[in-house]
Amino acid sequence: MYRKRGKFTSEGIIPYSGEGTTVTIEGPTVCTQIGCAYTGDEAVAYAAKQCKVDVVAAYPITPQTIIVERFSDYVADGEVDTKYLYAESEHSAMSACAGSSLGGARVFTATASQGLALMHEVLYLASGLRCPIVMAVVNRALSAPINIHGDHSDMMGSRDCGWIQLYAENAQESYDLTIQAFKIAEDKTVQLPVAVNLDGFTVSHATESMRAIADEDVDRFLPRRKAVFKLDPTSPISVGGMALPEYYYEIKRQQEEALHLSKDVVNRVGKEYGELTGRRYGFMETYSLKDADAAIVCLGSTSGTVRSVAKQLRAKGKRVGSIKLWLYRPFPTEEFLSAVEGLKALTVMDRAISFGAPYGALCSDVSSTLQNTGSEIKVLNMIYGLGGRDTPPSTIQQAFEDTLQVAKTGEVKERIKFLDVRE
Amino acid sequence: MVALKDLSTDELYAPGHRLCAGCGPSISVRMALKATRGPTVVVNATGCIEVSTTIFPYTAWRIPWVHTLFENAAAVAGGLEYAYEALEKQGERKGKVDIVALGGDGGTFDIGIQALSGMLERGHDIVYLCYDNEAYMNTGIQRSGATPRGAATTTTPAGKVIPGKRGRKKDFAAICAAHGISYTATASIGFFSDYIDKMKKAIEVDGPAVIHVLTPCPLGWRSNPADTIKLAKMAVQTGLFPIYEIVDGRYKLSLKPGKLVPIEEYFKLQGRFSHLLKPEFKDELEAIKREVEDNYRRILSLAGEQVA
Repeated sequence: MYRKRGKFTSEGIIPYSGEGTTVTIEGPTVCTQIGCAYTGDEAVAYAAKQCKVDVVAAYPITPQTIIVERFSDYVADGEVDTKYLYAESEHSAMSACAGSSLGGARVFTATASQGLALMHEVLYLASGLRCPIVMAVVNRALSAPINIHGDHSDMMGSRDCGWIQLYAENAQESYDLTIQAFKIAEDKTVQLPVAVNLDGFTVSHATESMRAIADEDVDRFLPRRKAVFKLDPTSPISVGGMALPEYYYEIKRQQEEALHLSKDVVNRVGKEYGELTGRRYGFMETYSLKDADAAIVCLGSTSGTVRSVAKQLRAKGKRVGSIKLWLYRPFPTEEFLSAVEGLKALTVMDRAISFGAPYGALCSDVSSTLQNTGSEIKVLNMIYGLGGRDTPPSTIQQAFEDTLQVAKTGEVKERIKFLDVRE
Repeated sequence: MVALKDLSTDELYAPGHRLCAGCGPSISVRMALKATRGPTVVVNATGCIEVSTTIFPYTAWRIPWVHTLFENAAAVAGGLEYAYEALEKQGERKGKVDIVALGGDGGTFDIGIQALSGMLERGHDIVYLCYDNEAYMNTGIQRSGATPRGAATTTTPAGKVIPGKRGRKKDFAAICAAHGISYTATASIGFFSDYIDKMKKAIEVDGPAVIHVLTPCPLGWRSNPADTIKLAKMAVQTGLFPIYEIVDGRYKLSLKPGKLVPIEEYFKLQGRFSHLLKPEFKDELEAIKREVEDNYRRILSLAGEQVA
């Protein structure tokens, strides 16, 4: 029997157990915070609702389904003005998003795994035509063998698609980043799609306490989209024509430039969001890097475990720190370099295999960022958590100890290590 | 039926594009745009029309036009329709916009049929116009689901033992009509007033409508560019490509059945069928003739016409 798990109303969010409460937090924040308990998926759906999206075009796939189900509830109950296009595939879902976006609408969709893979060519289309679509990607392993659990193989397989890519650690960040994503995407200097990544099940299906902000505050933060260009019968334009070798390269070069420049907008929006809510975002969150010898960098939910283990090790006097990247594309090169300055060893944790490559994708990015900078940081790559394999604190602790060992000896014995796997 | 003198003199599809002399699809687009009634947007699938009309920085389109990918014109069009509706609801735009999704037979019969099916099922108010030149002409004449039996293409050549394409052409109109949409029609650029009338009806329908128009391709059919319209007529007159409407599930023949023109007359004007006129493929020719006649009788019977 289907049961609605909680309900979002105009008065606030009523959790499925207990009442919604208004929490006023200390500090320079100027908005109402509403304490609630939601899963990552539910938080994303609620954020999209508050962002007053004009069109949702989506196709269900585990573990993203809760997002589209919740949003369908809003539509069915008349709580939103959104037109919901029930696509017959992810390929069509993203195609319809592109059509809606080119028509001038604010557009949202969500997918995972095979769905993202099926969208692959449309992802390039959406960025190439500069469509500011926001998509939640609930990261899940790719077939074969089929597996519905979390890892980053899906997004990493499409990381070169020209989208801005953000990663959330938990339900709170999934909510916060979704709201910021619209503001980033639709900024007149950006005009690029944004993917908000959240780990399948670990974040998407885990209920956590979080704080939402009031509808009026979202409205203030995110006014209606003003399309820079659109398909308007009163002023005809042709979009998506053929570009031969004389023009194609310049167009792609401009797209690359736009993606890199979007970094500043990501940071500015993260700061503005912080001023409003007290939760500051930007490129990355670092923990105790100052005077650290060894650190771990990763994406998504694992960063919580990493931070907590780092804290315990710090309490024991070990000089360790951690980095959680919110922004993966465009890669925040300069900021990353200054963050890791002074480290002796850095472990990069990749939750996907880049088959046949020297390292996982994130480690390749980190290594190439360090290249030619004179940095002497030793880099280790650890692959972990594929297909939902649990990554307990003990694994992270071992990873820190290995990194500290390298920091001490300066010797990397294993270039790439596969954690918690039977071999 | 619309007369030549009544046609709009507006040319929304500008000259100067780079399609071939005698290009049937190009003629079909020019005619279709003469059926528009107001603000119209075209969503084009990848294909000859798209690559040849918009080579950057030029465009042949005097109305808003968008091309995205090969198989998704119907989905993009659906998204666009919803965007206009949503923005109207917010008071940010006003007035009806007609949306025409345009694709060739490859982008429609084959790779795009899923997106089209979704669009028809959801009930978008969009006209899907399929220009059918019976093969993947843009990539160099490879067979499609719309290629008729026996036609030689670069992937179904007329070999020593296999005489061109095996299998039938998909009954595309029936596939569309089976979605329960209220208007589907087949048309030919050889009968322009009938075609434009159908396009007008399709635009006026509230909900999805499909037009399947036959558009000879001199390059792929290996025919004289001057014969394009003649061939478009003959395809209908031979019974190979009957033109009809399916209105709320009911078939209506657009041309009164008369004596069919022998298929050989049609085949001999096209290199793609020339092998079928050789003695060694006599049986194949006879089989094709039987198939065409059976299909024609089937359509006549569906339309409640007397079978001669």
